[in-house]
Amino acid sequence: AFAQKTVTGKVTDGQDKSEMIGVTVSVKGTNIGTQTDISGMYKLNVPNDESVLVFSFVGKIAQEVVIGNKTTINVTLADDASVLGEVVVIGYGSQKKRDLTGSVVSVSSEDFVKGQITSPEQLVSGKIAGVQITSNSGAPGSGSTIRIRGGSSLNANNDPLIVLDGMPLDNSGISGASNPLAMINPNDIETFTVLKDASATAIYGSRASNGVILITTKKGAKGKPQINFSTQFSSASPVKYVDVLSASEFAALVTEKGNTTMKSYLDTADTDWQKQIYRNALTTDNNLSISGTKGNLPYRISVGYLNQNGILKTSNMDRTSASIGLSPTFLDKHLKVDVNLKGSKSNNRFANTGAIGAAVSFDPTQPIYSGSETLGGYYEWLDPSTGKPNTLATLNPLGQLMLRDDRSDVLRSIGNVVFDYKFHFLPELRANLNLGYDISRSNGSVAIPANVGMSFARGGTNNVYDQNKTNKTLEFYLNYVKELPGIRSKIDVMGGYSYQDFLKDNSNLEKNIAGDVFLDYFYKTQNTLVSFFGRANYSLLDKYLLTVTLRKDGSSRFSPENRWGLFPSAAFAWKISDEGFLKNSNTISDLKLRLGYGVTGQQDVLGDYPYLPKYTISQSTAGYQFGSKFYNTLRPEGYDANIKWEETTTLNAGIDWALKTARISGSVDYYYRKTKDLLSVIPVPAGSNLTNQILTNVGNIENKGIEFNINTTPIHTKDFNWDLAFNITRNINTITNLTKVPNPTFPGILVGGISGGVGNTVQIHTVGYPTNSFFLYQQVYDENGKPLEGVYVDKNQDGVVNTSDLARYKSPQPDFYFGISSQFTYKKWFAGFVTRGSIGGYMYNNLNSTAGTFRTSSNAYLNNVVRNATVTGFENSQYFSDYYLENASFFRADNINLGYRIGRIKNKIDATVSANVQNAFVITKYSGLDPEVQGGIDNNIYPRPRTFTLGLNLGF
Amino acid sequence: ATVYKDPASYKQILAKMYAGFAVSGQQGPAGQPDISGIDEGFSTYLRQYWKAQELTTDESVIGWNDGNLRDYHDMDWTASNEFVTAMYNRIFYQITLTNEFIRETTDAKLAERGVSGSEIKTYRAEARFLRALSYYHALDMFGNVPFVTEADAVGSFLPKQTTRAELFAYIESELKAIDAELTAPMTNEYGRADKAAAWTLLAKLYLNAEVYTGTKKYTEALTYSKKVIDAGYTLESKYANLFLADNNKSKEIIFPITFDGLNTKTWGGMTFLVHAPVGGSMNPAEFGIGGGWGGVRTTKNIVQKFPDATGAKDKRAMFYTQDQNLEIDDLFKFNDGYAITKYKNVTSTGAKGSDIEGNFPDTDFPMFRVADVYLMYAEAVLRGGGGSTAEAVGYINKLRERAYGNTSGNITSIDLNFILDERARELYWEGHRRTDLIRFGKFTGAAYLWPWKGAVKEGKTVPEYLNLFPIPSADIVANPNLKQNTGY
Repeated sequence: AFAQKTVTGKVTDGQDKSEMIGVTVSVKGTNIGTQTDISGMYKLNVPNDESVLVFSFVGKIAQEVVIGNKTTINVTLADDASVLGEVVVIGYGSQKKRDLTGSVVSVSSEDFVKGQITSPEQLVSGKIAGVQITSNSGAPGSGSTIRIRGGSSLNANNDPLIVLDGMPLDNSGISGASNPLAMINPNDIETFTVLKDASATAIYGSRASNGVILITTKKGAKGKPQINFSTQFSSASPVKYVDVLSASEFAALVTEKGNTTMKSYLDTADTDWQKQIYRNALTTDNNLSISGTKGNLPYRISVGYLNQNGILKTSNMDRTSASIGLSPTFLDKHLKVDVNLKGSKSNNRFANTGAIGAAVSFDPTQPIYSGSETLGGYYEWLDPSTGKPNTLATLNPLGQLMLRDDRSDVLRSIGNVVFDYKFHFLPELRANLNLGYDISRSNGSVAIPANVGMSFARGGTNNVYDQNKTNKTLEFYLNYVKELPGIRSKIDVMGGYSYQDFLKDNSNLEKNIAGDVFLDYFYKTQNTLVSFFGRANYSLLDKYLLTVTLRKDGSSRFSPENRWGLFPSAAFAWKISDEGFLKNSNTISDLKLRLGYGVTGQQDVLGDYPYLPKYTISQSTAGYQFGSKFYNTLRPEGYDANIKWEETTTLNAGIDWALKTARISGSVDYYYRKTKDLLSVIPVPAGSNLTNQILTNVGNIENKGIEFNINTTPIHTKDFNWDLAFNITRNINTITNLTKVPNPTFPGILVGGISGGVGNTVQIHTVGYPTNSFFLYQQVYDENGKPLEGVYVDKNQDGVVNTSDLARYKSPQPDFYFGISSQFTYKKWFAGFVTRGSIGGYMYNNLNSTAGTFRTSSNAYLNNVVRNATVTGFENSQYFSDYYLENASFFRADNINLGYRIGRIKNKIDATVSANVQNAFVITKYSGLDPEVQGGIDNNIYPRPRTFTLGLNLGF
Repeated sequence: ATVYKDPASYKQILAKMYAGFAVSGQQGPAGQPDISGIDEGFSTYLRQYWKAQELTTDESVIGWNDGNLRDYHDMDWTASNEFVTAMYNRIFYQITLTNEFIRETTDAKLAERGVSGSEIKTYRAEARFLRALSYYHALDMFGNVPFVTEADAVGSFLPKQTTRAELFAYIESELKAIDAELTAPMTNEYGRADKAAAWTLLAKLYLNAEVYTGTKKYTEALTYSKKVIDAGYTLESKYANLFLADNNKSKEIIFPITFDGLNTKTWGGMTFLVHAPVGGSMNPAEFGIGGGWGGVRTTKNIVQKFPDATGAKDKRAMFYTQDQNLEIDDLFKFNDGYAITKYKNVTSTGAKGSDIEGNFPDTDFPMFRVADVYLMYAEAVLRGGGGSTAEAVGYINKLRERAYGNTSGNITSIDLNFILDERARELYWEGHRRTDLIRFGKFTGAAYLWPWKGAVKEGKTVPEYLNLFPIPSADIVANPNLKQNTGY
């Protein structure tokens, strides 16, 4: 029978009993639906009594109600705990998001950047205010430079501490791995949490100055086994090529301007060397996981296989990974055990990146192959007097790739077991023990045949190296949580101990094909970190929150007198929206003020023994002859007995807010960070130490900035949902001191070495300026805007242009950087994008400054030039001209994705297909290949490709 | 340090003090540098010493765009010049290195450790010689420098500045004090210093005393030159052999800095001196190397001091002229200026050096050789230090007979200008020229010009303060006790 009827009702907010506007009301499994009106009322025609009504609203738990014989259905929607009651991991514990006092941002798997992601940090690139993630190159598995709120150090490490499932990782390089993080399969990651201010990070003490990233991996699901299989297929290709002269243009240039020697070397081939060295590169990435609960044992097992080719020929990364996660409970759920085991094996082939620069400068009139068997068949420039490869000339770019076999095998396993015991007699008290390891074993080899251009004189290359790293962790803490209803308070106190030991050895054997040994090297080093830490949280009326933390760290890297450091922090948060005057507000659903202060450290310095006097024995290749015997020499090393960690003091003030009706939330943070006792390499007074420069504690840096982010769902209907997120950061970095003895005339420390000449630098650290400010001559132009070769502004007007006229101008650090991401769903379709941008950063175009001059030469080879050479007409390299300094502001579409949820196939398989394009486009004024180069000096980096990916996900 | 408990360690530390003049660090050719802040290959003592003494003069030009290297030709270096700084840092690195060893080898310390042996006493005297040599370079190039001895332990303190006169007196007293403890001339192991090395250094110190202190010491210069000459060193029969891969066999060399293609590898030192002049149409194989670096040439002033550029008469004229222009129109063009073929990595019998790659030569650097002492003797005679003019003429004719292969080049009388020119002919590219030109008043000012002096092709007058290099600004900042040299 036709039984359509009308159902009406009202939807109210479970939190404050107010009427809810704009709630989606729909009939499950149909396209029938409506929205509540201004008074929270709805009215809907439903097909039959068996229909189910679905009430949904952002931030609330959706409710389903069977209609039955009812005609009025009123519902109350409760807050979705996963949004407002969301629990966030913090150092040594977790906390409800709404109770956080520090600046903490968490991104979970559904919000991760999509596409072919090989290394975990790329999952959140552009997603978090205050966090800059710049991939180092386009090579397979390449790492990224992660900067949280600007770097706090000059010479010490500026990388954040990364903690994986409670295990603080050693993130220093692993031999043979292009990036230690790429040994972790991004598909196993559930959340990525960034602790930004000192009140959040200080619990990690001497390693926390550059922020802390907490990564948690996926855990076992409830119920019967769920199997998930995903496969991705990608194709990457170069976005653009360096603009060099074509064969005919180059021949014309040499004919016009070259001398007879040069003209005699021109040939008739037409070779586009860049096209020769790059390729379209295919990648497959396959992941299978099983997750469920058997008895009281939740488990998750996953395996992954990635085979990624790089666009530079021969580069490849092959990774097999597996992980096991078990989280059983015992003793009536009083004892929770968490076991995480991850292992991966990666086989890499590294391309010879020397080919990138060679392809720019190799003469395009020369052929690729010589037509003879010698030198591997590749054309090379020969020394006319010897007929052997010319040692000064550029080597054949393709030969450099194809004849060099550079491979590595790397195994890394990270595992830990966490015992969390809630005392039977005192359930408020919890003991937590974490035992873990992080082990890697690498070995690699570089082989080049004898009698080819690259290694001709040496007689080929046959090098092998290996590295073993063994890091151990033991951590224990007690946590006591008590509600004190009498005084409407809650206390949460934690105290613990941590021990970490880092041991590594390296060996390196360099030989030629005949077996002559050129280097035989072994090195072993160790350091240990011991810590005590504690935290107290106090909350009053669930509105006023106070957190105090303290960590005491002892590092073997410093002398017993300087070994121990104390790192305190305090933070206060006020949940203003829970106050009476806002509690019933119709507009504001959440408003919280956070204030934090803390001191953190940085101890990641070169070498494990900087405070000890020690002697180093020389290699046999640096021996000295007495009589007819050679002696390996003993060198006393320079040292600073008083070296200690640097200290960063951070102040943070933030506001978190959310509006009720507009589905909009966000936060604003202001921070001020001052680092003192910088670990800096400075000149020692000559004669006072066994070196001329030493790593010591001197200097101060300030970083201050504002972070702003906003998340909104502008449209939310039954069929269509649109999420939009925006974040922007302004960071100002200033050096405030650099010398032990105050000296206002100190010009600064030259940094920023470039290619071209030897020892040439284009940047400087100076008091009063940002770190790595550019330090160049100001170019003078003619009336047509053409730069005049070698003519610069006499800044100090003393009549001569010399080094005193070099000027500090701009820096690689942008004034602003931002991210915009969005996701749309329409019925079974979904689409989204992630974009990033940066404004005000500058880049030194080192490629133009080295390959942008044409001069006559007596060399027995020719080098092509970039087209810029025809613009400037420079005959001698002008490395220090600010002509080569360019605005590197950019806007980049990191990812655009489109997908379709096919849904249940035969009621068994849940299938989704997707398509992605990564690095879709870049808008910039920068004239080089890519405006994003960490450090601000662009010189032949492995270019980032554009990647198209097709993906299929099946759930069983 | 526990290293001193093992008697064998002492010789290895001694080897480090000598190696400090040759290599850049503990890994050859590069990898564990002694000093930083500059490219490791650039950082070696000999390479910097050579550049400071030669690129600033008529003997050489270099065509590389490396930092402010060109300031050396242009004679407009400042206190922040990284090459001047590297030279200064190398000198003081050697001084702290030797101080450390001298401090750790007192009789009391040796007794305390139960280590004995007269060799260690000799090592200690050699360490003092090496320290005196570096202080001599500091005296010659920088003048008023920080002063530290074994009494100053390693740590953060600010060394006091000494005056040039005080430093002169200190070097003089040190070299005299160790005379008894050094081995007799030509009795030590090859590569190690002996009494004659110390005497040669004393002779140099006295010959330049008027420049350093204002007081003439030509008599003393003559005395010590004579002591060296009488010690029995003999001229190598063939001039060219002094600069080849087997020059360790020469009985003319008093004190070498040694290099070896397998065991003493560096991108500085002799590797630089053999490779850098090879370019253009020169055949690297003739130099025992895989390929040249194409950078260093000489000016016409040096070429014109010889009767002809081909070496037909005076065989010391070792110029490569094919496809090269005598005139230097463009400093950065390798073909402008004749190249010099003096240093080679082949032996006197034509065999290639031991490094199969041809990168690292076996050739040693003749820091002191007796021909130089002959010329010092003659100069001391002419400057009123006593001695015999006839004997002086005799010594110089020995050099000329070797050069000409017969007596056709012999002279009968000498004057100071002749001595300066003869020093150029005999000792060009051996690291003496800057000191010589200053002693003759021809380095700065208008008395003597050469191409590109003062950054112009014809050469021009440059101010007198350039006779001393500046104390590097890095050290002025680090050490408030220091006062900059006049003019900078």
